[in-house]
Amino acid sequence: MPADPEKEMSMNDRTLVQIAFYAALTAALGLLPKLAIPVAGGVPVTAQTLGIMLAGVMLGPVRGALSILLFLFLVALGAPLLAGGRGGLAVFQSPGAGFILAWPLGALAAGLIMQKTASWRVLPAAALAATVGGIGVVYLFGIPGLAFLADMSLAKAAAGSAVFLPGDLLKVVVAAAVAETVARGLPSALLSRS
Amino acid sequence: MISLYMPGRSWCHRLPAWLKLTGLAVVSMAVFPIKDIPVLSAVLVLVLGLYASLGTRGLGELRALRPMALMLAMIFALHAITGDIWEGIVSVERLAALVLLANLVTITTRMDDMLQAVMRLFAPLGWFGFSPRKPALAVTLVLRFAPVLLGVYSSLREAYQARTGKRGSWRLMGPFMLQSLAMADNVAEALTARGSADGLADNNPGALPARTIT
Repeated sequence: MPADPEKEMSMNDRTLVQIAFYAALTAALGLLPKLAIPVAGGVPVTAQTLGIMLAGVMLGPVRGALSILLFLFLVALGAPLLAGGRGGLAVFQSPGAGFILAWPLGALAAGLIMQKTASWRVLPAAALAATVGGIGVVYLFGIPGLAFLADMSLAKAAAGSAVFLPGDLLKVVVAAAVAETVARGLPSALLSRS
Repeated sequence: MISLYMPGRSWCHRLPAWLKLTGLAVVSMAVFPIKDIPVLSAVLVLVLGLYASLGTRGLGELRALRPMALMLAMIFALHAITGDIWEGIVSVERLAALVLLANLVTITTRMDDMLQAVMRLFAPLGWFGFSPRKPALAVTLVLRFAPVLLGVYSSLREAYQARTGKRGSWRLMGPFMLQSLAMADNVAEALTARGSADGLADNNPGALPARTIT
C-alpha cells in the first residue's frame, strides 16, 4: 500500500483523464476544418497526426500510446472521428490502414525520445520526438502497409505517400511550439518529463 | 455527430455483434488473397447486394467509399503508370470490397453493442489489477471531451477573428492547449472527488469499495 493512498488515487484519475484528453484532442483535430493545412500537392492535409505527436511528446511513451489506442478503439467502434468523418471498421481495411495502425507506435517512439532527451530544452526535444515518432515511425509502417494492401512496389507506395510530407513537417513545428508553450505555462501537464 | 450507425431493424441489425465481428474477420481473410478479377467482381456484387438488402438507405451508405475515392484513384493510377492495369483493377476492387464489408458491420451495430462485445476481451486486465471497466470510462470521457474541445477552440477562434479579422491560426494552439489542459485537470479532480476511477475496480457493483468502509 502506498504511503499516501489518496494522492496515489488522484494521480491514477489524472492519468486516465489525460489519456482520454489526448484521444479527444486527436479526434477534435480531425474535425476542425479551419485547421486544415493549405493543400499540399492536391492532397488535403489534416491536423490529425498533430494529435499523435502531442500525445507522445506530452504524455510519454506508455500513456501516449494508450491514448492513441483509445482513439483508434473509438474509431473501430464506429465513431466517425478520422479526418473527413471517416470511421468504423472500414478504416482498418483501407489502403491507409498501415499509417493509422502505426499511430500508437509513433506516439510511443515520441514519448521515448522525450524521456531520453530529458536534459535537452523542450523545444528541440519535442521537435525531434515529433519528427521520429509522428513521421519516421508512421511512414516506416504506413508505406509497407500501403504497398501490401494495394499490391504495389515499395517505391510506388513511397512516392504516393510523399505528398503528405510537407504538411507533416509543418505539424512537427506546431507540436514543438505547443510543447514549449505548455512547458512554460502549465509544466505539470508535460507528463513525459515529470 | 458521433456515430456512423444507421438505425434500423434489418436482418443484419439483428445479428449479434460478436458474430458480425467474427464473420467480418473470417470473410476479410478469405477475400484478401483473391487475385481473380471475375471472382473479385462477384464478391463485390455480393457485397453490394448485402447493402441493397438493407433497403434504399442501405444503398445510401455506400457513400462510405467517397472519402476513399481519391486514394483508390491514386492507387489505380500508380498501377496503370507501370502498365499493370489489371493489377490496378484487382487492387481497387479488393480494397472496395473489404472496406464496404467492414462498413456494413459498423452501420448495422450500435456502438453500445460493439463496446459490450469487445469489453469481454478486456477481462484479462483484471488479472493485472486494472479495472476492465476503465476502458469504458475512458471511452465515455473521450466522447464527452471531443465536443468540449471543439467549443474551447471555436471561442478562441472567434476572439482571434474579432481582434485580427483573420479566420484562425496555428498560433491559437498554444492557448487552446493551456485552457483545455486546465479543464482536464478539473475533470480529474472531480473524478477523484466522486470516488475515483478505482471505484470501478470492484466487479460487483453492489459492493462498496473497501476504503469507504474503513
